[in-house]
Amino acid sequence: MQAKTSLPVPGILARITQFISKGSMPYIVSTLYVLLTTLWVYNDPRSLPAFLLFLSSIALVYVLPMDKRIKLVMALIITLIIIPILGIRNISYLEVIFQISLFSALALGLNIVVGFTGMLNLGYVAFYAVGAYLWAIFGSQQLFLLHSIPGTAPPTGVFFLPPDTFYLFIFLGLGVAAGVGILLGLPVLRVRGDYLAIVTLGFGEVIRVMANNLDKPINLTNGPQGITPIQRPTIPAFVLDGWNTIFGPLVGRTISEGEFYNLFFYLLALLIVIIIIYAVIRLDNSKIGRAWVAIREDELAAAAMGISVVRYKLMAFAVGASFAGVMGVLLAASRTFISPESFNFMQSIGVLSMVILGGLGSIPGAIVGAAVVVILNNQVLQGLSLWLSELRQSGMVIPLINFNLSDLSAQLDPAKYQRMLFGLILILMMIYRQEGLIPARRRKRETNNVAPVETPTPPSSITGTEA
Amino acid sequence: MQQTTTLPKPVTAAPSAFKGITQGVLRPLGQILIFIVATGLILSAFLLLLAFLLRGTAIDQAAIRNNNVDIVSYTVMNLPQVLVDGIVLGFVYAAIALGYTMVYGVLEFINFAHSEIFAIGAFVGVEVLIALNNGGMLAAAPLLGAYGWLIFAILAGMAASGLMAVTVERIAYRPLRHAPRLVPLISAIGVSFFLQDAIRMVESLTTGQFNRIIPSFGNFDSRIPIFNTHLGITALKLDVEVKSLWVMGAAILMLVGLNYLVNVTKLGKAIRAVAQSQTSASLMGINVNRIISLTFLIGGALGGAAGVLYALKFTRIDPFIGFFPGLKAFTAAVMGGIGNITGALLGGIVLGMLETFAGAYFSIFTMGAAGAEYKDILAFGILILVLIFRPSGLLGEQVGQKA
Repeated sequence: MQAKTSLPVPGILARITQFISKGSMPYIVSTLYVLLTTLWVYNDPRSLPAFLLFLSSIALVYVLPMDKRIKLVMALIITLIIIPILGIRNISYLEVIFQISLFSALALGLNIVVGFTGMLNLGYVAFYAVGAYLWAIFGSQQLFLLHSIPGTAPPTGVFFLPPDTFYLFIFLGLGVAAGVGILLGLPVLRVRGDYLAIVTLGFGEVIRVMANNLDKPINLTNGPQGITPIQRPTIPAFVLDGWNTIFGPLVGRTISEGEFYNLFFYLLALLIVIIIIYAVIRLDNSKIGRAWVAIREDELAAAAMGISVVRYKLMAFAVGASFAGVMGVLLAASRTFISPESFNFMQSIGVLSMVILGGLGSIPGAIVGAAVVVILNNQVLQGLSLWLSELRQSGMVIPLINFNLSDLSAQLDPAKYQRMLFGLILILMMIYRQEGLIPARRRKRETNNVAPVETPTPPSSITGTEA
Repeated sequence: MQQTTTLPKPVTAAPSAFKGITQGVLRPLGQILIFIVATGLILSAFLLLLAFLLRGTAIDQAAIRNNNVDIVSYTVMNLPQVLVDGIVLGFVYAAIALGYTMVYGVLEFINFAHSEIFAIGAFVGVEVLIALNNGGMLAAAPLLGAYGWLIFAILAGMAASGLMAVTVERIAYRPLRHAPRLVPLISAIGVSFFLQDAIRMVESLTTGQFNRIIPSFGNFDSRIPIFNTHLGITALKLDVEVKSLWVMGAAILMLVGLNYLVNVTKLGKAIRAVAQSQTSASLMGINVNRIISLTFLIGGALGGAAGVLYALKFTRIDPFIGFFPGLKAFTAAVMGGIGNITGALLGGIVLGMLETFAGAYFSIFTMGAAGAEYKDILAFGILILVLIFRPSGLLGEQVGQKA
């Protein structure tokens, strides 16, 4: 990351960036920043601005020009020591970071399909559902209930598989989701770009409707009620004890196994995301990644160059799907409850808006997009809701228009307007910044060299009929 | 219409008017009739054949156990009602599909937000009727007056939807007209999501409710008996709701009107010209932007009318109501050959009938294992099959692959 010595920001900001990029300044600045924000969050675990500033410290460490080894050490300290301690003090932060990791993986997977290969997949959440239901069915008591009507049979207390098979199912989820991706891809990949979007949308709905209705003739998914309880892998007692003896004084109290699971799933998600990021970077720079981009830019030319278009498209589908499958397994275990409503169309669009926001084909973009959308969704919208309800309770009167704030409709709850948020992100990004917040490096190279020549394609369909 | 000064004038008025009526009115009417009869016959024949083949099997016995009639009688008994329901649904789909197909024909782009344009039409129409009902106007109105108010509500829905479609085009699509294909599509998805919550916000702020129910007025809910006879031991009975007749009538009127507009009038000629080549059309003095706006206006207005008709038929609406009808109408448009108005009509009727058939018979033919809830999947299954085996649709011409 040594190349990023200067950031393109004008005026006073440019001078600040120059100042903190010189010599040993980056080390001092980032250490101070991390320490200060950490202390702030530590002392005030409920403060949203403190938490956001703390998260931005991670971005700062990533952006500032420093020795890679030191960056790595700082990142390890932040993720393995600081976040667990702060997260245990306020579990909702751990949840947010867990979700960011989860959605980063989804966004990275969708990024391969949409960003690298240029196929718009609107049913991406289906693969997530496949992974989640895979572990939900095998990791719960569902297989004993196949012939009972949902909600009637009492839980037996006996599980079909031991809890630690979860680790095996992470790999199974990867394989099964990839297989489903190939199965879906085989018939639909001949379909044109914009049709593909609708077909994949339909596929996503098919999976959801099936999850909703496969409680008969055999009760496989338990219908709309969803499957619960789903097992979590066991945590050995010495790990929990170890945590409590080492970190207990810092947190201020000892924690139970239930709380420790939050930490466990955060670390697991982080580990998987790091592996996925590594895989995506390697893929991006490989022959496969270049083939994907070639297909995105011009399918015909790519085929003429000897790229097997169908094979590489299938590969993109399978790789993208497999990431979602893994995260699905993780989701099922961490939530212990899965229902079809977790996998509706809005989730697919949410992941799409993360990819679009970050920048199509951009790996850091997908992660930043996931982080921004999750934070907007879970923290900012909720915060606005809270603020509005406080305003309502205050009963203040706005003087000029004589409007009593307690009359503010209780229906106006920003936390419920996720669709509007996603919609706005998509529209605004498409109109004003198609390349995203962090444009892909490859795209940046292209746009810096030559501006691509616009050749409008002549439309040929005919309205009206002479037939 | 200032645009088409360079187009050749018809030689004489009389043959042109005659041609206009045959081309713009009689032909679409004939097509509608043929499509309905053919689809109905084929589907019924297939179904009856299936029922006959299944006589005496476990499925038949299950039917006798649950419904006290054997499977053939069950099929025949329900057939007339299912056919009529299918036709009504088909007309609704066709009316929505026209909006997709017109925009696709002109801009080569899937107007994803059309489903919300449809929902806006439904909401405006229903809110107008609710307001009238609260004012006591609907209860007081005589029968003709009630019909008049319904037409007024439909027109209000059309106006709102048409204007919204034009606004959406102006804000979210026009700046992206020469961008790569996926860009306006993503923008359209964004608009769709934005509008869903915008409708919800307006509704919850003004009425505080999520679901709205169309007031019952006039004689729309009463049923007109068509026939009630016996075929052997099977009772055959058919009655049609007045509102179903209204839906059919209004839809036919719109379909024929649109056909006339596109195939006969100067504006239609300009639309077809823009669809063929925007550059050439602009060289011929056609204001392309204006024609595209008008296309959105017409498509949106049709979608809005379909929304009010949908609300009339199914009574309950909510802000997310547009999603499934919109998707199915898109399927219908693709099935018929997108960009082709007759195709949208055929696709709508076929899909409407298929879905109603599936909803009515799935349960009995699978012994209750898979019920009507799978009819939503059916549309997607059909869409995938059509796109794989005949991507240009039933009536479409082969179109070369574009990037």
